Amino acid sequence: MAFPLSRRGFVGGIAALSTGLWSASPARAAATMDFDEARHLLSRTSFGATPAEIHAFEQLDYTAAVDRLLGNVRRTAGTPGPQWLNQGPAEVRRQQQAAEAQRKDGVDGRKLEIVRPIQEQGRELKNWWIEEMLATDQPLVERMVLFWHNHFTSSMLKVRYAPALFRQNALFRREALGNYATLLKEVARDPAMLIYLDGMRSVARQPNENFARELLELFTLGEGHYTEADIKAAARAFTGWSVNRETGQFVERQGQHDDGEKTFLGKTSRFGGDEILATLLAHPRTAETVVQKMWLEFVSLKPDPVEVKRLAADFRRGGYEIKPLVRAMLLSPAFRDPANRGALIKSPVDLIVGSVHMLGLPVPEKTGLVRMLQGLGQVPFDPPNVKGWLGGESWITTYTLLLRQQFLRRMIEATTVASMEGGMMMAPRPNRRADRKQQIAGEDSTMQMQMAERRPVEGRSLRNAGVEVRLGPTLTDVDSATLVRTLLPRQPIDSVDASGPPGAAVAAAMLDTAYQLK
Amino acid sequence: MSRILLLVELKGGNDGLNTLVPYADAKYRELRPAIGVPRERVIQLDEKVGLHEKLLPLMESWKAGDLAIVQGVGYPYPNRSHFRSIEIWDTASASNQTLSEGWIARSFQGVSLPKGAGVDCIVADTNALPSTGPELRTIVMQDAENFLRQAQNLKDAQGMGDGGNPALRHLLAVRHEINAAAAGLRDKLRAAASPAEAYGQEFLLGRQLDVATRVITSKVPVVAIKVALGGFDTHANQAPTQERLLAYLASSLATLRHNLIAAGRWNDVVVMTYSEFGRRARQNASAGTDHGTAAPQFVMGGGVKGGLHGAYPSLHDLQDGDLKHTVDFRSVFATVAQGCWGLQRDYGLRQPQKLDFLA
Repeated sequence: MAFPLSRRGFVGGIAALSTGLWSASPARAAATMDFDEARHLLSRTSFGATPAEIHAFEQLDYTAAVDRLLGNVRRTAGTPGPQWLNQGPAEVRRQQQAAEAQRKDGVDGRKLEIVRPIQEQGRELKNWWIEEMLATDQPLVERMVLFWHNHFTSSMLKVRYAPALFRQNALFRREALGNYATLLKEVARDPAMLIYLDGMRSVARQPNENFARELLELFTLGEGHYTEADIKAAARAFTGWSVNRETGQFVERQGQHDDGEKTFLGKTSRFGGDEILATLLAHPRTAETVVQKMWLEFVSLKPDPVEVKRLAADFRRGGYEIKPLVRAMLLSPAFRDPANRGALIKSPVDLIVGSVHMLGLPVPEKTGLVRMLQGLGQVPFDPPNVKGWLGGESWITTYTLLLRQQFLRRMIEATTVASMEGGMMMAPRPNRRADRKQQIAGEDSTMQMQMAERRPVEGRSLRNAGVEVRLGPTLTDVDSATLVRTLLPRQPIDSVDASGPPGAAVAAAMLDTAYQLK
Repeated sequence: MSRILLLVELKGGNDGLNTLVPYADAKYRELRPAIGVPRERVIQLDEKVGLHEKLLPLMESWKAGDLAIVQGVGYPYPNRSHFRSIEIWDTASASNQTLSEGWIARSFQGVSLPKGAGVDCIVADTNALPSTGPELRTIVMQDAENFLRQAQNLKDAQGMGDGGNPALRHLLAVRHEINAAAAGLRDKLRAAASPAEAYGQEFLLGRQLDVATRVITSKVPVVAIKVALGGFDTHANQAPTQERLLAYLASSLATLRHNLIAAGRWNDVVVMTYSEFGRRARQNASAGTDHGTAAPQFVMGGGVKGGLHGAYPSLHDLQDGDLKHTVDFRSVFATVAQGCWGLQRDYGLRQPQKLDFLA
């Protein structure tokens, strides 16, 4: 029998999942996990978990599972970096100018489109990271890299020098679960950050306050815990920290540094940048700012102020070691509270990278995935502004919710249907495509319309993967009820038939509103 | 009195100096020997400035007295990055301030809008920032039929409890919003007559204005609609590109005017163009212009008081080679908020400038 793809097959279908399936059982005294708790832990610490990954964890004692996630952390990426990593900014600019100069007029008088080196490097950089997110065996590290990228934002749109952003990413990777004090000190000297927040232009005669302002507001104290005068003082302290225009490396220009006395947070001295950072790290607000953000990332949309203070105090006392903080958070009662399962909204990266991982979709070319992320509002290396992605509820608007559904439909289609070439060559089920076409025509006019429309390239990379894909290897030989429980963090919003064929169950679960939660 | 604001974003930074040309100023020719618009190609509006001849279709509106041109609009400490500067405009922030809510949404803080139609704002391009915020229900809809079809796939889940989960509550609320908007729009849009005059289809703006016209003529009670025309980032060989865009913009806006007059809706709409920045006063070495600062804005509508407003920035008093703005864009927004929605707003300005292009 063919796979019914339309939701009509299960909406109001025969056997909706029993409500007992997701019933919240209190965290048991015994240390071993059940399927749902293993799923919860993995859904927050990776990009989507397959049934096999969940099964491997449910055998473990909870604390042991957390320690396994945090053990043997790799501090470098597995995917080889792009070719141009050693190019200096001046060289990249020269290439860009050369490309522009060679641009020719088309027949209509408009300039022909060209490949611009800066933009091309940006594209390769984004693809590289998405590739690493999909390939990594340490998704928690990858999540942390993305977390630090969103904390210490820098954007390709402003930096326009991809090697620096790659090196910044390598820094976030090195310290992903390392030490926040180290991270902060390195970020203050990081060329991409110095370009992004204009530190490289900040000189004694004309200090630029951009970096100092964000350092206080976003990276450490948070609004309301400093004055405009503190920003001005900090800006003066960092003057002279710059970037070498030929090599793209950090350089300290003594001649541009303001060595005068400054009053910062009530203390007066001839502060330099490192003293400012030390003062900020001694302030209890810094740890709270980080813990607050991390709560929103891992636990729920509503941080518990008492818990935040407790975790932050330990974080600061422990010398800003990140791993113990993440461990404490994952072991906290709030994280384990069944009420917090499905209490976070998937980010676009969660949704797109997670779905591709879970379905085991072959996606050799990542540009299509980056385009999807762009539509949904989260392009890695291009956060919208210095505050980064707001996250939480802001991920879902009337626009993005419809777009999310559309992209998911596209993936489902790629998963359950043979691609043109693959199907023709292998023809394992000769009539399947014809069957499906009929169903589509009868049951789901939207999908037909979308297929008939001129499609943007993102769909193509999945559909033309050249492999006959029904359910990928990640989901084969798993019963429908387990598939639905793998895909959804809670009961479906619409009814999903967990007794039907697996392909249909996966499609219905992914299009259910509960799939937007994690 | 309430009017619909139709925002037209000119993406990329439109060159104001070659749009509203200070043709009588010798300094203009000195700054732009290669790309300056020759005097005979300028439609003179007064003894100092005139429109680029490609904007001729706008003259009907000018002569009817319902086209206002606000000159020299910008803001202090201008930012020359596309994405940052458009964010400053769209959120009506100060240059050193990052806001996440759009200026139209913020305008409606503390205002309760009638909920009947299910939608308050329609964005027909992709940048919805001006209307982004909890106060307004915004739908991004490049194509009405496509939106209605997609919405139909996401049936309403009313009555479904969220079990005290705020994330789920939000999702269900958005889902409901989509359905309510689709319900409010479906019958009206499907019944809407085609615009009397068809829009040119060379650029997406034509399709977007078609959607906008149908929304306006079918009397969907929205507070704002947004469309956009891209391609104004003319660093090299500027003239052919900008001229094509200006000609298309002018003819599209003229068509819009005809359609709304024919439908008896011209008095109920205010059309306003804006761009993230103007361009530098001096041409560059590639017969183009680089990112600059102040530029004019067009405002059209039956209730608009036509003519030139504000002062043209001096070419003899540049700041690092850039025009000094004479009108803060937030004063323009304040005038629009008053004239369209009867709302008194200052967008953080201590004293918004009084502009009288809108009664």
